[in-house]
Order: sequence, then structure tokens, then C-alpha cells
Amino acid sequence: MTTTGTTPPPTPVPGEVKPRRAMPRGRRGAGAPGAGTGRASPVVRIVLLLICFLWLVPTIGIIVTSFRTADAALSSGWWTVITSPLDFTQWTITNYRQAWDAGMGNSFLNSFAVTLPATIIPIMIAAFAAYAFTFMEFPFRDTLFVVIVALLVVPNQVALVPLLRLYTDFNLTGQFAAVYLAHIGFGMPLAIYILRNYMSTLPKAVIESAKIDGASHFKTFWRLIVPMSVPALASFAIFQFLWVWNDLLIALLYLGPGDKAVVTVTVAGLVGQQNQGWQLLTAGAILSMVVPVAVFIALQRYFVRGLTAGSVKG
Amino acid sequence: MIRVINALLAIIGGVGGALLLYWILNKLAEMLPQKWEERVKPWVFILPALAAISLFLIYPAVRTIVLSFANSTSTAWVGLENYTDLLGSRDFQITLGNTLLWIAVVPAVVVALGLGVAVLADRLGAQGEKLTKSTIFLPMAISGVGAATIWRFVYEARPAGEPQIGIQNAVWTALGFDPVAWLTVDTLRFNSFLLMIVVIWAQVGFSMVLLSAAVKGVPVDTLEAARIDGANERQIFFRVTVPQIWGTVITVFITVLITVLKAFDIVFVMTNGNFNTDIIAVRFFNELFRNGDNGRAAAIVVMLMIAVIPVVAYQVRHFRAEEAAR
Repeated sequence: MTTTGTTPPPTPVPGEVKPRRAMPRGRRGAGAPGAGTGRASPVVRIVLLLICFLWLVPTIGIIVTSFRTADAALSSGWWTVITSPLDFTQWTITNYRQAWDAGMGNSFLNSFAVTLPATIIPIMIAAFAAYAFTFMEFPFRDTLFVVIVALLVVPNQVALVPLLRLYTDFNLTGQFAAVYLAHIGFGMPLAIYILRNYMSTLPKAVIESAKIDGASHFKTFWRLIVPMSVPALASFAIFQFLWVWNDLLIALLYLGPGDKAVVTVTVAGLVGQQNQGWQLLTAGAILSMVVPVAVFIALQRYFVRGLTAGSVKG
Repeated sequence: MIRVINALLAIIGGVGGALLLYWILNKLAEMLPQKWEERVKPWVFILPALAAISLFLIYPAVRTIVLSFANSTSTAWVGLENYTDLLGSRDFQITLGNTLLWIAVVPAVVVALGLGVAVLADRLGAQGEKLTKSTIFLPMAISGVGAATIWRFVYEARPAGEPQIGIQNAVWTALGFDPVAWLTVDTLRFNSFLLMIVVIWAQVGFSMVLLSAAVKGVPVDTLEAARIDGANERQIFFRVTVPQIWGTVITVFITVLITVLKAFDIVFVMTNGNFNTDIIAVRFFNELFRNGDNGRAAAIVVMLMIAVIPVVAYQVRHFRAEEAAR
């Protein structure tokens, strides 16, 4: 699914990404002559085909089921549609309408209300910090950055109990802000790390000449560094967007089910209500996946770049 | 609708407010004498980020350690009781054992499968490689809840005699056996392995992408040299390619290890830790949310922190080495 990029010319393929500090000599870039066309033996082809098949089947199962009537979904396996695809009595889209009305529609908006601030607000804060870590001298700079690197692998769970108490004191539990503020904090180390790594690859000469021209740090940051760092900003934004949209734990703890439930919480709730039937649950699950999958496909190039930049998130 | 407007307002307020703050602090810094301006400015730039990290990660982490020595409502000190109670209970021992099993199996399998697919797909033509990788990469965008739903449907069981709608039982009954409620079978931790499959399914794409980039980065001359020396493909792979991508292998391994340690949603949605499938992150949630026991929840997290220390140490060392090579 991650295949097609929206912009045709440089089709983003996961493997195409150049390693970070690519050595210029002797590397076999994708598309370079000899990049293994047709070296695959039939056995290799069959093995790969089988793996792809196994990887896709589970997902196809819920997609097919989400379009079948309750009767059809319960009385026969979804794979039977292969023999009777033209039996239109089994197809329907009412599952989606029902799932939407059963809370998914509401949750959809809630997810945006949490995800957008959690994605956009940390970017600028992290960009300022990354600039300072890259281009400014100050005491404890390296120590502080090492702390940030260390925090990358610390599981977020460490913060959840005290935050719950803090939120209760400030009457924040059950507010969208409780969730997105937590995500802003949790995402900050990764944001600073990605941006700083990227900024340190920018040509120092540009910054030096701006300094000579009398530009202040503030100006250099806005006019030069931010525009040049757009790919890294996008990388982080996609990471954070997928991360927050797909998160269950933090949303469940600080928002919970009910009026303000986000999509993951609502789908998890549907799973618990077995009597609702698979056709409804599958439709709900697919509704919850549409946005991240679309973002992922459209912006995969940046996502992969972020991945290969060696990011690890705790 | 109001929610979305509120969200947009939060963004405007958050971004605008932060910008204003930076601007004001920057102006204030510029009013200082030159020497002080230079000293203060870096702190103006990093202060908001440090504040967020301190408030949401460092302060709560320290507080968690403190709370782990207090009772369930954090009103009295209980010493090590939370730890001794947890470690002494058969239940929690099973949870720990399962977590160790996950650690032992999942990262290694994810690395091996990812590397396998990366290397094999590298031999296909450009089109085929792209298609293969995209297929394997797909689950990366799917949430844990979505993945859990997908796989619960695979493992779904209906009573014998009724048509099976879960594909695993459909195959199983077609072979002449009675349908099995797979997720309840804990003989030899079978159901835990079924849950691991879901995580592996979701993570191999990540592993494949990183390892594929690394494999393609192996200089061709080293491969050619080995080939001229008469090495076969297998020897080239294990003696030439693998040593050169070892750094990436470790990175992937560690990332998946951390993912496994904090894996919550898949197990929570699929079994909620029942049928002896509990793992540490699910147990943490249930102690905190279901039982309202702050002390025990905190103690579980502290154990998690201790488990992560070696990884943190490695991460820092690795980072230092990279910086030195820069």
C-alpha cells in the first residue's frame, strides 16, 4: 500500500532512500546499472510472493467483510466472495453508515482535535531548540543533548501515573488538551533529535555568511534554517501524526470512552461488544485507518527519510 | 465542529503564543549588553523545549520512582511492599515470563524476516521490489487497535458445525479438526505466540526498510572482491554483507525491543492479558486504570525503567561514537 507516491517523478520507494551519510564512491544506488534486475531465481520469487500473500490476506479479510451484510458476514467466510462476487445481495455500505453513527463519526472529529495540535505545536518549539543545539555555543550543550538522546528510548509509561494526578489537580482529565499536551512533551525528544541531526548536515558556510552580513540568530533561523529544514520538519510531522492518531494508551487514560473518545478508543470499545457483529467492527476499524493510511501513502518519502535518519521513539 | 475549531484555536494559540514568547524573550535578550546577550540567547531558544521535556518526562519519571514506594492512593509510604507483592505473586511472575518470551522472540524474528525480505527483494526488478516492499510496509500505518481487529478476525472461532468465518479455523476445520478458540490456548504459550505474530506482522516493514537501505549501501567492490576470491553467495552474505550492516541490525533490534517492552494495544485489545497472555505494559494499565493502584503501577514502570537502562547506555555510547565520526 505504501507504493504510490502522489508526485510521479521521484517515486518514493522505501528502499530508495540514501543512507544518511552516504559515501559517494562505490555505492549501488537504486536504479543504478546492475541493481539486481532478474537475478531472482524462481524459488526466490515464489517465497516473496507467498510472504506478500500472507501479509495481505488478513487485511483483505476485514476490507471484504466491512462491505458485506450482517447475514452474509456471519454465515460464510469472506473468502467465499471469490466464487460469488456478483451475488449483490451480500454487498452493502450500511455497515459504514452504522459504524459512523455508532460513534465513529464523533470520534473522527475528536481524533483530529487531539492529533492536529499534538503534531503542529511541537514542531516550532523543537526547531528553535534544535537550532540552538546545532549553531550556538552554551554550557552543558552536549550534556543536555545526550539527555535528549537517552530519553528517546525511555518508554512513555514512566510519565503516566504522575501526569494523571497532575491533570486531576488541574481539572484537565477528560479534556483534549490533556492528551495533546502529553504528546507534545513525549514527542519533543524525537523532534529535537531529528531536526538537530538534519540541521547539522546543512552547510555551515551559509550560516557563517549570514552572520557576517549581520543577521541575528533569530533572523538566520527564520529566513535560512527553517526553510532549509522543511524535509526534516515534514518527517517529524508525519511520525508524530501517525503516532498520535494511532495511540490508544494515552487517549484511553486521559480521555477515555464516551463523548470525547478518539477513533482508537471507539474501535477498541467495538471489539468488546461482540454482539455488534464483525461487519460493524470491521467497518469501524477501516474508518479508523483511512486517515493515517492516506497520510502515510501521500507522504511516505518523508516518513522513510525519518526512519533511516535512525530515529527511535520510546 | 466546535471541537475542530477548538483544535485549530489551540494550534493558533499554541504556535502563536510560543512565537510571541520567543519574540519577546529574544527582544529582551537583545537589550542586554553584547556579552550577556550571547550568553542568554541559546537559553531563550531551548527553554520552551526543555520546559516541555522536564514537565512531561523528567519530573513525572522522578515522581513515578517516588510513588512506587507509596500505597495505592499515594497517601502513605509502604517501603518496598509494591515490589515484593508484585514479584511474589504468581500472576505477575507469569506476566514477567511472558514479557521475557516476547523479548526473546520478537526482535530477533523481526530482524531476520526484515533482512530476508530486503535481500531477496533486492534481486527482483525495480517494479517487483517496490511492490513487495510496499506490501510488507503497509501495516506500519495501521494502529495497534486496527492490527488487533484484523488478527482477531483471523483467529475468530465459531462453534463446531457452524460455518467458520475466521480464516485460521476455516483451514483447520477443512483439514478435519474441530474448531479451536486459538487465543485461549495457553499450552506452551501458544496464544502468546499468536499475539507475537501480530506485532511481527506490524514491525517487519520497518526492519525491512532500514536494512534494505543498509544492504544497498554496502560498497559493490567488497562484494566483487569476495566473488573473485571464489566465495559463494551465502558466504558473501554472512561474511561480507552482514558485518557491514551490523550497526543497522543493532539499531533495528533495539527499536523493536523497546516497542515490545511498551507494547500495549495489541494484547490489550486481543486478550486484555487473559488466558496467561499478560505482558508488563498491559499489567501496568490494568493496575493503574482498573485497580486504581498508583503504587503498583508505578512499581511496574520502575522495573521497566531498570530494564531499559542498558539500552539507554548503548544508545548514548552509539550516539557519542557517531558524533565523533562526524
